[in-house]
Amino acid sequence: MASEEQISAIKRAKVLMVGAGGIGCELLKTLALSGFQDIHIIDMDTIEVSNLNRQFLFRQSHVGQSKAKVARDAVLRFRPKISITPYHANVKESRFNVDFFKEFDVVLNGLDNLDARRHVNRLCLAADVPLVESGTTGFLGQVTVHLKGKTECYECQPKPAPKTYPVCTITSTPSKFIHCIVWAKDLLFAKLFGDKNQENDLNVRSSDTGNSSEHSADVFEYRKDEDIEQYGRRIYDHVFGHNIEVALSNEETWKNRNKPRPIYSKDVLPVKMTEKNGDTEKDCATGDVSVMAFLSLKNPQDIWSLAENSRVFLEALRLFFSKRLKDIGNLTFDKDDQLAVEFVTAAANIRASSFGIPLHSLFEAKGIAGNIVHAVATTNAIIAGLIVIEAIKVLKKDNNNYRMTYCLEHPSRKLLLMPVEPYEPNKSCYVCSETPLSLEVNTHHSKLRDFVEKIVKGKLGMNFPVIMQGASILYEVGEDLEEDMVAIYAANLEKAFSELPSSVISGTVLTVEDLQQEFSCSINIKHREEFDEEKEPDGMVLCGWVEAPVDKDNNKPIGNGESTSNALPSEEKDVEIQEMSGGTETVTGKKRKLSEVDESKKQKKPEKLDVDDEDDELVISDDWESLAKKNRV
Amino acid sequence: MNGEELTEQETALYDRQIRVWGADAQRRLSKSHILVYGMKGTVAEFCKNIVLAGVGSVTLVDDRAVNEEALSTNFLVLPDENLYHGKTLAEVCCDSLKEFNPMVHVSVEKGDISTFGVEFFEKFDAVVISCCSLAKKKLINQKCRKLPKHIAYYTVDCRGSCGEIFVDLKNYKYSKKKLEETIECQLEYPSFEDAIAAPWKALPKRVSKLYFAMRVIEQFEDIEGRNAGQTSIADLPGVLKLRKELCETNSVNESQIPDALLERLLTGTSEFPPVCAIIGGILGQEVIKAISGKGDPLKNFFFFDAMDGKGLIEDISKP
Repeated sequence: MASEEQISAIKRAKVLMVGAGGIGCELLKTLALSGFQDIHIIDMDTIEVSNLNRQFLFRQSHVGQSKAKVARDAVLRFRPKISITPYHANVKESRFNVDFFKEFDVVLNGLDNLDARRHVNRLCLAADVPLVESGTTGFLGQVTVHLKGKTECYECQPKPAPKTYPVCTITSTPSKFIHCIVWAKDLLFAKLFGDKNQENDLNVRSSDTGNSSEHSADVFEYRKDEDIEQYGRRIYDHVFGHNIEVALSNEETWKNRNKPRPIYSKDVLPVKMTEKNGDTEKDCATGDVSVMAFLSLKNPQDIWSLAENSRVFLEALRLFFSKRLKDIGNLTFDKDDQLAVEFVTAAANIRASSFGIPLHSLFEAKGIAGNIVHAVATTNAIIAGLIVIEAIKVLKKDNNNYRMTYCLEHPSRKLLLMPVEPYEPNKSCYVCSETPLSLEVNTHHSKLRDFVEKIVKGKLGMNFPVIMQGASILYEVGEDLEEDMVAIYAANLEKAFSELPSSVISGTVLTVEDLQQEFSCSINIKHREEFDEEKEPDGMVLCGWVEAPVDKDNNKPIGNGESTSNALPSEEKDVEIQEMSGGTETVTGKKRKLSEVDESKKQKKPEKLDVDDEDDELVISDDWESLAKKNRV
Repeated sequence: MNGEELTEQETALYDRQIRVWGADAQRRLSKSHILVYGMKGTVAEFCKNIVLAGVGSVTLVDDRAVNEEALSTNFLVLPDENLYHGKTLAEVCCDSLKEFNPMVHVSVEKGDISTFGVEFFEKFDAVVISCCSLAKKKLINQKCRKLPKHIAYYTVDCRGSCGEIFVDLKNYKYSKKKLEETIECQLEYPSFEDAIAAPWKALPKRVSKLYFAMRVIEQFEDIEGRNAGQTSIADLPGVLKLRKELCETNSVNESQIPDALLERLLTGTSEFPPVCAIIGGILGQEVIKAISGKGDPLKNFFFFDAMDGKGLIEDISKP
């Protein structure tokens, strides 16, 4: 199949792989078999047991070791003479700068998060190196090709940000199981086992805030020599009983909603647990501490009753205090921390019970709390094959044949693998087309700090920003800054826009840059007085920022991780991750295919696939063209 | 492992895929037995996939010695003569596959598969055939079909940048959930012999050209007494002549089967690794679906051509 020209182009090529996980293992293997001889691979992760069902270059004995290094060693076994350079590092590190990227003929991404993808996208643009992007989730996958100036960059198409929920939904009016998980994980777990100095919205806002906050300061504090079960019941009764009663006292809230019911431990578990279970603690290493075995709740797929959940709650709390005391105060939730998962599952379920929301198994809860992406080997293998095919075209500069390919679960017009021509760059893309953005903000109230955190780092994905107004620098991050400058920047952060040295008001243009990404963007400031607390919680709205439309059937590129849509067969379709808060659709200009195509023959873009839903619910209609029509404004 | 519930070890290892197809499906996989014939690169990919998925057992058949082709396209064959000396291809692959998942029983069966009796095939839930002549494909398919037991039968062929999968699930019943309901589905598959006997004229107009091209090459090899894949560009005149005859017999225009495509298939006798990965992946998914009873299986041919990048399903059967 391969012509001489192709064989030598492959031999000479220097390829960078970012990611040595699910896609990475398959990709490295296929590249090596296809004749590539100089491959560099970056991955910051170490190997875990749950990787082994698909990351076939790794063995049980490798758990804990660097993915990049072990992948390299495994592939060298069947291709000993090629060069594979592993980097056990974060691709965002400063050494992976534009000069580093410039060395490569093509960059191949096998990442699982949006942040890193955007970062690599910008570096590839800055270095003018072709990028082949990809992603998989379950049976779905896609491969896209990005060449500066010729095709869309990775950010030309809107990528929905991870789903967030309004604070009051979490603290007061949950209606879905995921709200209970977020409450259990980010509020209760954090309050009990995390950094005590962190702000925490655990206590319900009510007209009586004065009293309840005083009350709570005592409630969560473990008193010396207190009986641990008594402590546990005290917490239980406070969050599931007292707090609910306080919430109920606010009639307005429940006018159009089902009222929750308070739950007290004495009603659910009248008998003291230690009396019942005696002293039969399993003596195990910290890492193996687990409630489930102890309580004979073996199957993680079972849904526990309210009583069982309550038992797990109290027992988990007890085990944290008796076996893992030193961890308390600096824990963050980790999906691989079995005891934490048990606690969060139990807490979420009790809350769900209170609010009339269906309970879930540990298996399901873990998936939601841990943002676990379901994954199989076959999809990764298919995608890897497709990546290599595109990579070879890139090396041959086969400009008219690049394709984006979608791997579907259900065929669309007989196609399981659907190739589509890439689109021209989006002229309104603020990343590759340098389009200015605008920011609506209350210049008297919002501080520079909010702008830096929420907009520049958050929405724009810059890591080391420089913010300028004309020639003067308002803020920057760097290693060799002079002390007095650092002080000025620190002071600036705390000032409202209008109070900054040269006063940022309506009409001012700010320039924000990330020197490492070699990415610059200008932002026009527009003053606005009022912002909707629920829909615009940041108090700032970025426009010209191509946000995904607010639509139930919205589609999401595959494999961006951070997905909370781990819908399993029993999960109702209530995990709607596609709701965007307040985004407005801006489809500016018409998308044109790379090759010259008549307007009338223009194909619609196939829907990026919704990852949600159990296998058999038809998310993609067979007629994807009409779906595409529907989602365009 | 063969008890009613998944062990802790299985739950931990298979967590991510259980989230795709559920614990029941995983249990069914762990009890299944797969027969694989012809250890080419694509088949190596397929075996890797099903071993990782956690099937009960995989039995490999390929008595050939390790050769250049295996060393270049089969990643299960390590280029260490000490390791493969004196061993058959199946034995070498078996050693490598065992490493991927110690819970799967991988073994080798030696001998000429066309002499194996019907009772041999009865042990299996799925049979995957590659590197096989037309006659052998039909023969094995018939043996599988003879048995009352339901055996899923697949053939797979990759030539250069093209790949073909054939699926025969006999009478296949399965259920699926659509919204809140459970729907019972039933599919009837033709045998390989019956499928390819479908008159070309009766097939829908837009059937993939690759289907026809593969049939021409297949018949050419059969007539000339060649092993599967034993062709070269020198055979082009003979193949074109055969194409003419077949098209005439079938009342179909020769343009249905472009010269260029036939050339590619004749010269592409070695496999192209990206296509191996793709075909091996699709095939892996199909076998997993058939064993677990979850998901719509494809019916009944799948084609991939790296040139246009399409992976499509064709339903070919006698009217």
